[in-house]
Amino acid sequence: MSEVKQIATRESYGRALVELGKEHDDIVVLDADLAAATKTAMFKKEFPDRHFDCGIAEGNMVTVAAGLSTMGLVPFASSFAMFAAGRAFEQIRNSIGYPHLNVKIGATHGGLSVGEDGASHQCCEDFALMRSIPGMMVLCPADDVEARAAVKAAYEHNGPVYLRFGRLAVPVIHDEENYHFELGKGEVLKDGTDVALIATGLMVEEALKAAKMLEEKGVSARVVNICCIKPLDEELVLKAARECGKVVTCEEHSIIGGLGEAVCACLCENGVGAKVRRVGVKDEFGHSGPAREVLRQFGLCAENIADVTMSLYNEK
Amino acid sequence: MKKMTEKERLKLQIAACKIRMGVIESTHGAKAGHPGGSLSSADVFAYLYEKELNVDPACPKKETRDRFVLSKGHCAPGLYAALAERGFFPVEDLPTLRHADSYLQGHPNMNTVPGIDMSTGSLGQGVSAAAGMALGAKKRGMEEVRVYTLLGDGEIQEGQVWEAMMFAAHYKLDNLCVIVDNNGLQIDGDVADVMSPYPIVEKLEAFGFAVKAIDGHDFDALENAFEAAKATKGKPFAIVMKTTKGKDVSFMENDADWHGKAPNDEQYETAMGELRAKLAELEAKA
Repeated sequence: MSEVKQIATRESYGRALVELGKEHDDIVVLDADLAAATKTAMFKKEFPDRHFDCGIAEGNMVTVAAGLSTMGLVPFASSFAMFAAGRAFEQIRNSIGYPHLNVKIGATHGGLSVGEDGASHQCCEDFALMRSIPGMMVLCPADDVEARAAVKAAYEHNGPVYLRFGRLAVPVIHDEENYHFELGKGEVLKDGTDVALIATGLMVEEALKAAKMLEEKGVSARVVNICCIKPLDEELVLKAARECGKVVTCEEHSIIGGLGEAVCACLCENGVGAKVRRVGVKDEFGHSGPAREVLRQFGLCAENIADVTMSLYNEK
Repeated sequence: MKKMTEKERLKLQIAACKIRMGVIESTHGAKAGHPGGSLSSADVFAYLYEKELNVDPACPKKETRDRFVLSKGHCAPGLYAALAERGFFPVEDLPTLRHADSYLQGHPNMNTVPGIDMSTGSLGQGVSAAAGMALGAKKRGMEEVRVYTLLGDGEIQEGQVWEAMMFAAHYKLDNLCVIVDNNGLQIDGDVADVMSPYPIVEKLEAFGFAVKAIDGHDFDALENAFEAAKATKGKPFAIVMKTTKGKDVSFMENDADWHGKAPNDEQYETAMGELRAKLAELEAKA
């Protein structure tokens, strides 16, 4: 087998914007002095007249994006997840969400995998914040193929979309030739019958690795990739829970307010009594360190998913 | 400078008086809302909707219309009254303001109220939205479109206002006109005592705006300022209007208590009596 390519989804974001920009002249991109890091600099180089640096002023940036959208343009406003979803939450809520404007928030550097910058920059609350806004779609792609497809789907969708991308290069797990992306739909990446691993973002790759480890121990794990955290593909989640009986959610986000809670709510409300374990950040802040090491320290790795799953599997 | 005729001035004064009556009708009907700042802005609302803005009540979403963003969204009673007076919706609907089954939301909602270009209410965001509209108009080659936004003098305590001012000057948004209603009062009292925003004109100039300070109840001054705004190229324009909070309702004037309080039945009668007398006086001259 050839070596798996490693691409950060922020890189995919930058590439997809350029591809979209060539096809659609209504796309405009905004950044808050982070174009080199969010990769919108790629768009800026190609279309300097449609890229607006707003300086270090995220609240203004997302509200300017709201204004631009009312003029028939499709703005992608970019910053780190911490400053887009976090700093500018209220502006996104009131100036984009409430009037349901056609603005896309492209948030990079989500989660602990920001690494060395530490807790102040490691946003593990963005799913919770953005999910809570009525009408806001929340996407967290797992790899390059999915990320580029998600950006294009977000453009096609008329309404606000929050997209979370990562800083860290992650393996490409999808085969682009046979790939189809649909908003609101998840996908089964590996079949299994004993337990369902429902994952998003870079945790999808970890869940796939965990499934292999579990297989060696005689546990058949299904791996479900949920790129679209809101709206959640309830049908796929319910099917997985009913058929496997036990569920482990995996996300690079606080276990409060993210994918895990969305899955739990879906199962409870539909009377599916599957036991759930949530692998994620446990109501605590991250810290500085190389991304992979930090992820491991917080249990956001295949080994921990496998451990959590084994203990759940062994429970009566 | 253009000079309006006496007849035109009277027409605007009459419109402003009717807008003030609409403010009293709606806040009384709502038993809530913000009359003070709506009354201080009634003259600029009248000027904008009766003279300045290229808008069409028959086609409120027309792409090439001018835009208006009420950054101080709590003054919706004034804006709604101006829109109703201009024919965007029936004046009779004004007393349904803030009712649970009314489209007249407590703060402007662009999706329910005809003629509203941006949903606002959370202070400090209007200049950003207006700047986005002004930039969008330029990007789309809509040269004729101008964008206006109205802020309170307390509102400019919000940091985002200055982020937006910086942005507007940086991108040379000369199709943007920012209006500050300097009525001098906010909820907790005199703006100078709560958190002084002064000097406002100098701050705006330092942020790259061309600025005109005027009496916000003088239609000739308003005309001069708006004409100067349109003639200014290469930078955004700001009009700082000195106004009286609660203007033309004697017991509401210059009293911070009337920032966000509705008149009761008795106060409603007194206020309407004063405004009706003023209207009769103006109409007699017309």
